[in-house]
Amino acid sequence: MRAWHFSETAYPYLPPQDSYPSIRVTLPNRIYDPVKGAALYDRYIDEWLIAEDEGVEIMLNEHHQTATCVDPAAPLMLAALARQSKKARLLILGNPIANRRQPVRVAEEMAMIDVLSHGRLEAGFVRGVPYEILPANSNPVRMNERHWEALDLIVKAWTHHDAPFSFEGRFFHHRSINIWPRCYQQPHPPVWVSTTSPGGAAQVGAHGYVQATFLTGFDNTKRIYEAYRRGWREAGRGQNVPIDRLAYAALIYVGDTAERARAGAEKLLWYVTSNKVAPQFANPPGYVPVAMNVQLARGAHNVVSAHGTKQGTVDGAIEAGTMFAGTPDVVFEQIKKHWNHVGGYGHLLIMGQAGFLEHDDTVHGIRMFAREVYPRLKELYPDTTVSGMFEKANAAAS
Amino acid sequence: MAKVADIDLELFESGKGSPVLFLHGGEGFSQGQPFVAPLTAKRRLIAPSHPGFGKSSLPEWLDNVDDIAHIYLELLDALDLDKVDIIGCSIGGWIAAEMATKTPERVNRLVMAGPVGVKVGSQDKLDIPDIFAVPQADANKLLYHDPAKMAPDTKKMTDDELAAMFRNRETLALLVWEPWMHSTKLKHRLHRVKSPALFIRGGSDGLVSDNYLKAYAALLPNARTLTIPAAGHAPHLEQPEAFASAVLEFLGA
Repeated sequence: MRAWHFSETAYPYLPPQDSYPSIRVTLPNRIYDPVKGAALYDRYIDEWLIAEDEGVEIMLNEHHQTATCVDPAAPLMLAALARQSKKARLLILGNPIANRRQPVRVAEEMAMIDVLSHGRLEAGFVRGVPYEILPANSNPVRMNERHWEALDLIVKAWTHHDAPFSFEGRFFHHRSINIWPRCYQQPHPPVWVSTTSPGGAAQVGAHGYVQATFLTGFDNTKRIYEAYRRGWREAGRGQNVPIDRLAYAALIYVGDTAERARAGAEKLLWYVTSNKVAPQFANPPGYVPVAMNVQLARGAHNVVSAHGTKQGTVDGAIEAGTMFAGTPDVVFEQIKKHWNHVGGYGHLLIMGQAGFLEHDDTVHGIRMFAREVYPRLKELYPDTTVSGMFEKANAAAS
Repeated sequence: MAKVADIDLELFESGKGSPVLFLHGGEGFSQGQPFVAPLTAKRRLIAPSHPGFGKSSLPEWLDNVDDIAHIYLELLDALDLDKVDIIGCSIGGWIAAEMATKTPERVNRLVMAGPVGVKVGSQDKLDIPDIFAVPQADANKLLYHDPAKMAPDTKKMTDDELAAMFRNRETLALLVWEPWMHSTKLKHRLHRVKSPALFIRGGSDGLVSDNYLKAYAALLPNARTLTIPAAGHAPHLEQPEAFASAVLEFLGA
């Protein structure tokens, strides 16, 4: 089991929520004070480095035109971290390649960071949440197809070394591809892909890439992992899916007392409660399939945002499996319960900072997890563990 | 259904007289729409659903309006029609304009109702407001003179109707997303159009402004404009009789 400290580098100093329709896309950047922003960057980078000192790996992501995550060019932050950190693995999750016009440029950025960090890059790729569409001016239709073509092209750019090659695909066209530098890790850095749908997970499994899923709770995560394992097996990768192929991201806060843990968890909920998104940005045409839009029109809940749901409370989020919070013993048991329910995963992506969770409290949470929970998880779930053992048991019984 | 290139096109045909090709807007076509009866009483109406709209298939390669113009020129070949009148609404007008610039000799008369397709205004302002970036209620105010009467009520729609609406919306996004609602090339080709053209807008159209309509019409050698009161972006749906009578008069019925 490997744990990652994940910070969205949020900018929390906002006017009252009822004074703006959406924290994403349209919130005027006049609200952003670059002096405060600079101090926040310093602080968030310090927290990543403290996590590294505690033996936890580093993870970051990218969003655009939003106060929830002021990291619109994640490779830049990763480049800074590549030089400031010394030993942690560096996970970017990820590059929104369906919204990037030049996959080859992404391949170059990732190769450069891999070399800068002496081979510590874990290269993640995401389709991107729907509110990224307008900032990128990206067509929401056929995103999935663009995503996979771009990823195939990036891997090809990483692995061709002897002469330029050309690529004439459905969406991307290059006459001469020959990136410098090439990757430090050979044949290329580990590839991660995030998805929240079983269909997407089966495709990730077929490729054998690491599958990450965010805040999908108990049953959705189980379905996604089952689809991944099915895709893996059907592609002929063998019966056993190692747990290091699967990752889960949750809001996690560990405190030395129940009171301190509770207070930290309440502040961590900013992730959910601040995510006020106008409906027209949350579901642009073509982002979800037609059948899903029919269900949404009939009242189904849009899984993209937990804003306004019961997961907006600490107890609701813990019950849903989107948050693990409490003293070390409590959190260990919560994670075990979730781990067993979904069939097992080898990466825990810790959304460990949000909104007004100040530096000292953030560091307390990181240290309590790293010192009191992490060693137990590593012992219980060594990297050789196989995911989805209950499927094998069921198969044997039938 | 008609097979054109590799596309299964849903095709409606009714009425007698010289042929009129009707090209629908983002809302799609159905034969129950209220302008259909007055038009088919006088003329042979040919109304395909654009690829990706209604029951028409959408091939992987198709992703812009110009592609559809080529498909419809091929449809005219298949129907053995040398020359037609064309009525185009919104993006249907854009398709019609693309057809008329390619083969001016095949278009007899051209009606453009609330047409999009060109960029005539300044760089720092959208000519056509972004209906996908505003709440649906605000979009409805831009689209209709009387939103309470005209806006689709999803609660009263069947699952099939809802699915068609969402599919139409998705295909519309595919076609118009970037550049937003226009081709950068079309305005440099419109001088080739030979046919007389009538540019219509609803007086309350929040998408196609009066200035836009006039500037668009001025790009054609022989076009005039008409405003239909108490109608929004779809005058053929909101004021069908006024629309049909103006169109039939222009076409010489």
